[in-house]
Amino acid sequence: MSQVLHTPPQSTPPPSRVTQAGDDLTALAVRYGLSVSGARPTLRTYVSQLWARRHFITSFATAKLTAQYSQAKLGQIWQVMTPLLNAAVYYFIFGVLLGTKHGVPDYIPFLVTGVFIWTFTQSSIMAGTRAIAGNLGLVRALHFPRAALPISFCVQQLQQLLFSMAALIVILLCFGIPVTASWLLVIPALALQFVFNAGVSMVMARMGASTPDIAQLMPFVLRTWMYVSGVMWSIDKLSTKDHLPRVVSVLLETNPAAIYIDLMRFALIDSYHAGQLPAHVWPIAAGWALVAGVGGFIYFWKAEETYGRG
Amino acid sequence: MAENPNNIQDETPDEQIPTVVANGVDIVYRVNGTGAGRGTATAALNRMMRRERSEKAAGVRKVHAVRNVSFVAYRGEAIGLIGTNGSGKSTLLKAVAGLLPVENGHIYTDGQPSLLGVNAALMGDLTGERNVYLGGLAMGMSREQIKERYQGIVDFSGINEKGDFITLPMRTYSSGMGARLRFSIAAAKDHDVLLIDEALATGDRSFQQRSEERIRELRQHAGTVFLVSHNNKSIRDTCDRVLWLERGELRMDGPTDDVLKEYEAFTNRPAKPARVA
Repeated sequence: MSQVLHTPPQSTPPPSRVTQAGDDLTALAVRYGLSVSGARPTLRTYVSQLWARRHFITSFATAKLTAQYSQAKLGQIWQVMTPLLNAAVYYFIFGVLLGTKHGVPDYIPFLVTGVFIWTFTQSSIMAGTRAIAGNLGLVRALHFPRAALPISFCVQQLQQLLFSMAALIVILLCFGIPVTASWLLVIPALALQFVFNAGVSMVMARMGASTPDIAQLMPFVLRTWMYVSGVMWSIDKLSTKDHLPRVVSVLLETNPAAIYIDLMRFALIDSYHAGQLPAHVWPIAAGWALVAGVGGFIYFWKAEETYGRG
Repeated sequence: MAENPNNIQDETPDEQIPTVVANGVDIVYRVNGTGAGRGTATAALNRMMRRERSEKAAGVRKVHAVRNVSFVAYRGEAIGLIGTNGSGKSTLLKAVAGLLPVENGHIYTDGQPSLLGVNAALMGDLTGERNVYLGGLAMGMSREQIKERYQGIVDFSGINEKGDFITLPMRTYSSGMGARLRFSIAAAKDHDVLLIDEALATGDRSFQQRSEERIRELRQHAGTVFLVSHNNKSIRDTCDRVLWLERGELRMDGPTDDVLKEYEAFTNRPAKPARVA
């Protein structure tokens, strides 16, 4: 609340309230310990405010998710149907028409895992970009730490992904992938990916709030990102077979989306073994999450008081 | 807050304690895509190609909604905000709530003023029941608090008087029913500084009476109440002081009767373009 004491001198003293000049008003406010309305809280306060709103964050996410299919006759069945249909389309195009298999064993589980994990990051970032700009009504009506919005949209995408994972498990079992202890690695991998997504979403939310045009640009950026992330093909196969320059293959392999996709494949598919993972995969995955999560949060908080300006 | 010795509040029992101080407040909206050539693509391209990046060239139009407004509100006051449409009443209220950044000047408040209204947080596709929870959480209530007050909220709204409507999606409600539930959710929380934007005019006659009563209750708990309304009667009933805004400027600030008399004379003038001196 130190903002009160560091009030810059008033450049234009307001004459409207004849009895008191501007400086007197500021002095009055300071004397009674009033705080500046809508001022940015300290980082520590901000985190605790956000924690206090955790139930709002999850309820808002669940509400958005349920509202999505509430008009459809099949209702919530679409939560599982949509990812399954998505996987079917990708299989048809990349597996049947283009034949991208290139000797990848268990290609369908490989492809579907890639598509689902990629979609999680993609939709989180897309939703994050619109999180403030698309919810100005909410931002201008109620008080809450604004980071609740991008985080809530990421939680919604996480819930969506859990439905997709249920579909994925069915697909895996259908293709005879054995259930192993490594499936437990799904949990840390998803947790790291969620933190990464939330961080990037917060960065995009701040940029999208000041420049809504970014929302138009993002689909192209994201599609390009998808094609270099090895969603439909194996980065490992490409870099060993085609003798890519070292820089390119390192860049391809440390790309966060590729890291999270590969981790999930390694966790779920038995024929995808540790040798196909880039070196130091877990530290890289954790590093990306840490950098994006902490950096994104602080970057978003820095502009907290400006959200809501149309 | 070392400069704020606690004994100030206790000096004299009838000393006025300020809760909201507005000091030379300017509020400006920026609207994108209104530059010359309207919204055509070639015009937009033209603007981008042009060298100078002044805001006007970039197609941003500034709307000066509130100009240089200053006032002090004290604990226990109920203040009405009046003015013709588009005079900046709601904008000022949002700035007091800290929801809209000010361009110049400062607004100081005691605690966190809150706008009475949760419309934006509610979702038409969800049932009334889930919206009660969602709205309550959005206002910062805990799950336990909402559970405690849930029955009260539903009873107050009267949604279930004609059958079990609370378990239907809100989009199926009539506009009156929706407004009643929204008011009931919003009014379920106690506030330090309460800002009400024309909330009284919702629902049928019996609900209006009930909501006016609830507003009076909220007033007793709240330190200071601001009410925006076009209904001079409800301003007279609830407020003892009135701020009159016209074209974003504070035109008058004083006891309800004085200001309303001037305002009524102003609005009843024969139709000629209103001009602020």
